[in-house]
Amino acid sequence: MSLSDPVAAPVPEPARPRVARLELRRSLRSWRSLFSAAMSALALAMTILALTPLFSVLWMVIVRGGAKLRPSLFIELPPAAGMPGGGIGNAVVGTILMVAIASAIAVPLGILAAVFIGEFAPESRASTAARFAAKILTGMPSILAGVFAYTVVVLATGTFSAWAGGFALAILMVPIVVLTAADAIQGVPRKMREAAIGMGATRSQVVCHVVLPTARPAILTGVMLAVARAAGETAPLLFTALFFDYWPHPPFTEPTSSLAVLIYNFSGVPYPNMVGMAWTAALVLVVLVLATNIIAQVVTGRSEHSR
Amino acid sequence: MSADASLNQIGAPAVTSSNGTVIDCLINTLHYGDFLALRDTQLSIQKGTITAFIGPSGCGKSTALRCLNRMNDLIRGFRFVGHVLLDGQDIYDHQVDPVAVRRNIGMVFQLPNPFAMSIFKNVAFGLRLNRYKGDVEARVEQALRSAAIWDEVKDKLKNSGLSLSGGQQQRLCIARAIATDPEILLMDEPCSALDPIATRKIEELMFELKKRFTIVIVTHNMDQARRVADKTAFFYVDTRQGRTGYLVEYGDTSQIFENPRDSLTKEYVAGEFS
Repeated sequence: MSLSDPVAAPVPEPARPRVARLELRRSLRSWRSLFSAAMSALALAMTILALTPLFSVLWMVIVRGGAKLRPSLFIELPPAAGMPGGGIGNAVVGTILMVAIASAIAVPLGILAAVFIGEFAPESRASTAARFAAKILTGMPSILAGVFAYTVVVLATGTFSAWAGGFALAILMVPIVVLTAADAIQGVPRKMREAAIGMGATRSQVVCHVVLPTARPAILTGVMLAVARAAGETAPLLFTALFFDYWPHPPFTEPTSSLAVLIYNFSGVPYPNMVGMAWTAALVLVVLVLATNIIAQVVTGRSEHSR
Repeated sequence: MSADASLNQIGAPAVTSSNGTVIDCLINTLHYGDFLALRDTQLSIQKGTITAFIGPSGCGKSTALRCLNRMNDLIRGFRFVGHVLLDGQDIYDHQVDPVAVRRNIGMVFQLPNPFAMSIFKNVAFGLRLNRYKGDVEARVEQALRSAAIWDEVKDKLKNSGLSLSGGQQQRLCIARAIATDPEILLMDEPCSALDPIATRKIEELMFELKKRFTIVIVTHNMDQARRVADKTAFFYVDTRQGRTGYLVEYGDTSQIFENPRDSLTKEYVAGEFS
């Protein structure tokens, strides 16, 4: 394969036989092939290793939680200690209620903040500071959100409540919504903004008619991440909503039960009925988050077509 | 191409001053920060004509075009000394709202930039901005017909504008720009991202659109200027202090290409440099 290869040489060299063809086949024993195979195997092994805990948890939740799953669970209140029967109905309602309150606070707040950070003043000092703060807050131990909400809401109102719980969860949701929505907004191509401005769109029309609709799928992903995180949080609720054996009812100013706290409370007791109920609650929580995700995807997917 | 001349019915006649001048543009200096991008450029654009801005890269021809609808306002550090009279009013006057200016001047960009929404909503976008109360569907159809793309999209108006080919996207953008019936259509190298067939379609379309709109087009392609433009403005770069663009010569296209007055124009149109 050198430059003096007879095949390539333009000047005929008499009586010299064609020695070697170009070697183009893959040699399985070359160092490069072996390295490639080894790395592929390693990557596969690591993938399996990383997914094993995930699937084993999911498997346990489905098997052990599914064993006690029955419709009456959803309409009954938790049993007294050591008693048979009962359900987790109030915890399901409480979780949905508090996540809804948290979303009602965090989603508009987060998206508006993201519009400022991503669209109006992406390079300003305020945006840089807000982004930095949001990044720190995503890593903040959730119990701090609980303590904060305890001070701000519980002490001020004098009672544990669904509102306090929702407030604490909102604190955890805001940074996630802000960061994902700001990235989504900044990801909208500049040429689309230019097109809108060129047509005489005002700043708010650019945001409402072009930027937010274009960024919507990515924003929704962020909101779903935030909802999933909020639905599974226990620590902040221990400080704010506590737990309650009865149904939540308006104006929601009493302690409120939630699936996460129910799992926490029931998994440590010596009564098999309640332990089983904790497993079922875990399954219900996973399914709830999954269902919210799917519904959100379907709804935006559908409106995507009709737009 | 099915150009439908009967569509001229929509839209009021363009407002013009008596001599047929729609835009009177004087750019003394135009800075981006400390950078002098364009200087000493004066030209007036006649109603119902196609005016081409030609010149080498960096000569300020796009900058000059973007002056005409205040798109340069978006760039940080933009400073402008001069005036742009649209229908006798200086659009750089402090009392003028750039948004109002842009609603009367359509723009087509170098890269096709439809919105990530349906073909119908793309075209209806400007009508929606203006809170148009009439028959939106009819206006959208007329705009799509005028842009010579109706036959290709009439069965899929609900599909995303992004699903079209590059040439179709550009014609969709033209439809979107003319749906609100602007007085002037600015086109910033509208064919540079398109193949020759799509380019040809856009050029044919421009002849039709000329009947209703005044068109200003920036182009790298001298043959395109020669084919479509009534008037041509040649810009060049002065490299003595930085890279400042300026207008060298402005006149009828035939004069610019066949009988240029300035030696720079002569060299440029002869292809002696680019």
